[in-house]
Amino acid sequence: MLGEGIAKGFVETARNFFGSYFSKDRLTTVQFPEERLPQIEATRDFPFLVYDGEDWQAGMRCVACQICEKECPPKCIYIEKSKDKKPDAVGKPQFYPAVFNIDVSVCMSCQICVEVCPFEAIKMDTEFELSTDDRFGGLLWDKAELSKSNAHYRKVHPTDAAASDAILAEERAKVEAKAKSAGKVKAIPTSPATGSEVSSTQ
Amino acid sequence: MGNAADQVFVILERWLVGHAPAELQPILSSLLSVIALLVVFASLFAITTILERKGLGRIQNRYGPNRVGPFGFLQPLADGIKSLTKEDIVPHAADKVVHFLAPVVLVVAAFSLYAVLPVGRNMVLANLDAGVLFFFAVGSVMELTIFMAGWSSQNKYSLLGAMRAIAQMISYEVPLILASVTVIMAAGSLSTVTIVEKQAGYSGILPHWFVFTPWGFAGFVLFMIAATAESNRSPFDLPEGESEIIAGYYTEYSGFKFALFFLGEYLGMFAISGLGITLFLGGWTAPLSFLTWVPSYLWFFAKLLAMIVIFIWVRGTLPRLRMDQLMNFAWRFMLPMALLDLVTAGIWHFLAHGIARWILCSLLVVVPYVLLGRGLTQGWKLEKRVYRFAE
Repeated sequence: MLGEGIAKGFVETARNFFGSYFSKDRLTTVQFPEERLPQIEATRDFPFLVYDGEDWQAGMRCVACQICEKECPPKCIYIEKSKDKKPDAVGKPQFYPAVFNIDVSVCMSCQICVEVCPFEAIKMDTEFELSTDDRFGGLLWDKAELSKSNAHYRKVHPTDAAASDAILAEERAKVEAKAKSAGKVKAIPTSPATGSEVSSTQ
Repeated sequence: MGNAADQVFVILERWLVGHAPAELQPILSSLLSVIALLVVFASLFAITTILERKGLGRIQNRYGPNRVGPFGFLQPLADGIKSLTKEDIVPHAADKVVHFLAPVVLVVAAFSLYAVLPVGRNMVLANLDAGVLFFFAVGSVMELTIFMAGWSSQNKYSLLGAMRAIAQMISYEVPLILASVTVIMAAGSLSTVTIVEKQAGYSGILPHWFVFTPWGFAGFVLFMIAATAESNRSPFDLPEGESEIIAGYYTEYSGFKFALFFLGEYLGMFAISGLGITLFLGGWTAPLSFLTWVPSYLWFFAKLLAMIVIFIWVRGTLPRLRMDQLMNFAWRFMLPMALLDLVTAGIWHFLAHGIARWILCSLLVVVPYVLLGRGLTQGWKLEKRVYRFAE
């Protein structure tokens, strides 16, 4: 008969209405700023620059090779190479970025910079509350704002961080072995903090 | 004491008007009533928006708005400030005058509807002899404003929405008025005040409301279905079906004009619910004879709130109809039911009181309902759709 389905529908919505007052399980809403769901590990939004150790300038993994700048589809990365060199994460003397800017308002979170980086220097972050009252300056991040420690990376993406650490440790071992086989007495300067950090994770 | 509480607003108005010179008194009296109606129904609109959003939320197992003020009850205030401060954009190609007039005329027409609604004993702005006729005449101005909005916007979606609205409102006006004619026949008057007075008696403790007769019940259901369609509310919200035509006739409206459309729509809904209450639910009369000590206007607003709750419940339950379903329902179900209901009301009037009258008239309502319902649903055999490429 006409109307049976409608009556059933009314009963169902009434059950939902009253049920939501009596059983909290029905309510799927998370009251966001106060309550938060645990972040899933695959979350990623904007890139950051990884550094080892305590000092972000000394431990900066980036060697200003500018591959990410060239690969970036929306061209939101701007890099200026330094004039001098400093030892990088594996101990070789390398350039470092004098300027490294990312315009977050242009970034499309594609992660291509992370894919192409041969130095494990740029990775994706999970920070998403980025609103600012200055839409130009506030969203153009320089290298100080972009730098985050390896410890932070291990916290947000533990699996990826472990893989990345393993690659760096292998390369560092290779560099050391090469130095030894060459019979050079002069040791390649390695940042002591980096070494200890890597060994502690493995 | 009960009488004093009942008439408190009437006495207050007379006292206030009494201070003015005699020639100004009629104007002042109307003015006071108009202000009271504006304030009361505009605040009812604010309360309804928040109740509706919270109610719909709970139906969908959400919280609904709960941030502004205690339990989110100041949300309408925030919405009002927001719509007042938003930019009012008028499309370059739009007919500026008509585009501006549409929401204004809509709200004016919606408020005019309340002139003939008795919200309490002796509490009606204008006791017209043709009150119901006035209501429907002004009600059709609202259809005109919707077409004005759709036409003047110079937007295909607006025009589509307006065309849908016109088709729908004209189709559903027929059963709406036919359902009201049953009551006009039974009461023998077009005056809303007289119609309420005819329902004011009691048999034992039960009231003489028209809804408690077989033809009255059918008429009430038909009236409310048609009223839902007339006020463009879900499941008959095709004119503003956002998944199909953006926002229908008010696609090109922003800022406070949009809020005026919203206001006009809700005012229309309250007014038509108020008419339904006046015609079928005994207006301001108490539902049981020993409850007559409660002031009459409280009963009217209690009934109005109950109707609003039903409107919200319907909106939370039923999905939007398709255009052909809408038209089929109007012309193949609502119209024959309303015509048969008219006959039933006449038979009820001329038969002697007793159980035979009840049985005959109930059969006259139930049998066509079943048969027409079957006829309506027969063409709707659902089949499993076969996809050529997707499978």
